[in-house]
Amino acid sequence: MNGNLNYIIRRLIYLIPVLLGVCFLIFILFNVVAPDPVNMMLGKHPTADQIIEVREQLGLNKSLPAQYLDIVKSAFTFDFGRSWATKQQISTMFMNGAIPSLTLTIPAFFIATFSSIIFAVIVAYFRGKGVDLFIRVTCIAMMSISSLVYILVFQYFLAYKWGLFEISGYEYGFPNFLYYVSLPILIWVVLSLGPDIRFYRTLILDEIYQDYVRTAKAKGLSERTIMFKHVLRNAMIPIVTYTVVQLPFLLLGSLLLESFFSIPGLGDMTISALNASDFPVLKAMSIVSAVAYIIFTLIQDIVYTVVDPRIKLQ
Amino acid sequence: MLKQNTINDVRGAMSPSKKADKINTVLKDRSLWLDAWHRLKQDKIAVVSLAIVLFYAVVGLLSAMGLLAANWNEVVGPSYAPPSADYWFGTDFLGRSVSRKIISGTQVAMSVGLISSLIAIPIGVGLGACAGYFGKWVDEAIVWFYTTFSSIPSIMLLMSIAFIIQKFQVEISEVFGANFDIGLFAVFIALGLTSWVGLCRLIRGEVMKHKNREYVQAADALGAGHTRKLFKHILPNVTHIIIINTSLQFQIAIKSEVILSYLGLGVSGQPSWGTMINDAKEELARGVYWQLLGATIAMFVVVLAFNILGDALRDALDPKLKGKS
Repeated sequence: MNGNLNYIIRRLIYLIPVLLGVCFLIFILFNVVAPDPVNMMLGKHPTADQIIEVREQLGLNKSLPAQYLDIVKSAFTFDFGRSWATKQQISTMFMNGAIPSLTLTIPAFFIATFSSIIFAVIVAYFRGKGVDLFIRVTCIAMMSISSLVYILVFQYFLAYKWGLFEISGYEYGFPNFLYYVSLPILIWVVLSLGPDIRFYRTLILDEIYQDYVRTAKAKGLSERTIMFKHVLRNAMIPIVTYTVVQLPFLLLGSLLLESFFSIPGLGDMTISALNASDFPVLKAMSIVSAVAYIIFTLIQDIVYTVVDPRIKLQ
Repeated sequence: MLKQNTINDVRGAMSPSKKADKINTVLKDRSLWLDAWHRLKQDKIAVVSLAIVLFYAVVGLLSAMGLLAANWNEVVGPSYAPPSADYWFGTDFLGRSVSRKIISGTQVAMSVGLISSLIAIPIGVGLGACAGYFGKWVDEAIVWFYTTFSSIPSIMLLMSIAFIIQKFQVEISEVFGANFDIGLFAVFIALGLTSWVGLCRLIRGEVMKHKNREYVQAADALGAGHTRKLFKHILPNVTHIIIINTSLQFQIAIKSEVILSYLGLGVSGQPSWGTMINDAKEELARGVYWQLLGATIAMFVVVLAFNILGDALRDALDPKLKGKS
């Protein structure tokens, strides 16, 4: 256990260079490579005074190292300043956007994961038989269609033609939001089924050929008992760790679904920022997602040791 | 473990049985690649997929040379004519043939896959091989570099890079001429720069495994330098990873082009499946489904072929991984 603690501490320290690297990448992209945003903001013929004033407001009159330090500071304090387009505090925009995003992504993620695991168990149970082949072929076929096509076709038929769902928009408050997020959730689930079933099937099949399964068979246990009591329980280790790393992306919402269905979440916010050349929001979004990703990969490692005592972190 | 294997190999080779000798000579005649090809050939669906991919590549090449669908911009009929015997996939808003646009779009799809691979492979293989081979601080620096890169969600990075490149429209058109398609250029660079991490990880792991194998030690004993060991001995043994990865890269690139078109960061001067699918946002409500249908079918067939081919290539080139996805 002591070794594990050491490992976790070392990993926590390792977060710092990675975070500095992320900030550096964002700095290079938006502060060094990107063209001067002042021209974009002020139109074609700004006066010299205007330019100086705006540059000062945006902190662009500082030296490049100072600009880099500003980004690093924001990664630790989560104070990203104000949006160029809406003039709002970015941290407030994040708070407001998180709720609609989470109402969409959390149910979608759980339904998708749960149903994919069920399908994967069925497929693994009937491995090599017709059902297995059929579901696998369907998965690959489903993965070969662009996600935008799913969104367009589902919205057209289910919402526009048949009126089963709201076409777009969002309302706050418990039962109300459900009318608006259920179609995006459905699309999310359909989009994840293909890759997820394939992935979980592999994880389960990895377990099926282990020695303990042979022992269980030799003992005379039924296929079903082996599947659920032995194989699935062991396969849950990689499955759980895989799902943990996906969690931070739930907070970020879904870029395509939110902007398409006009759900005022973080994904929609990002797309609007992109269209408005709103650099601070884009930078903030990249930093927040990177921080979340780094923290959750660490949690994944820890979860790994907790659920599987065979693994010792070093 | 390794030693055990070697002993078994030696015993096998010295086995007096004539049958074993025969098998050995048969195996000797086949190179690794020929062997993989024979395994791939067994899989009829994979062969069909390969044929489809080659067909798309030829169509793309012909349309890039102006031999096929060069007249896609020509008005052939009324605006939004539905599919008929005259226009198989109907016409678009300007009355242009959708079938010609689909054929011409093949060029964009295949070039997006090809060029983003050509950018990602040198970066991924170069960094991965250095990290795996040299180890120590080189490895740590490169691992830090790709961890940093992969910490930002790839869609954010993809979006930001494409967005920033497009802001340089004036400068880039000064260098490459006014007709240069900045949208397509941005898609190439953004996809290339965001898709090397996975390859880099795989190559690093594989080179690490290989560098301590006997054949590399033998090369070392014969006085081979780092460059020779790496390029002549180790890299040929990891080439299969690059091939499998490229098949994957093509289908990711083709699908990403659609997303970038939706974000307004896509191709602008020539037809692409992404822009055609994206146009359906406005068209579907008016009952115009044929651009969406045509582009989706064209994309579905080739992405499916790349998916199946990728799986089959992995089974054929890396039998250890058989059945895993």
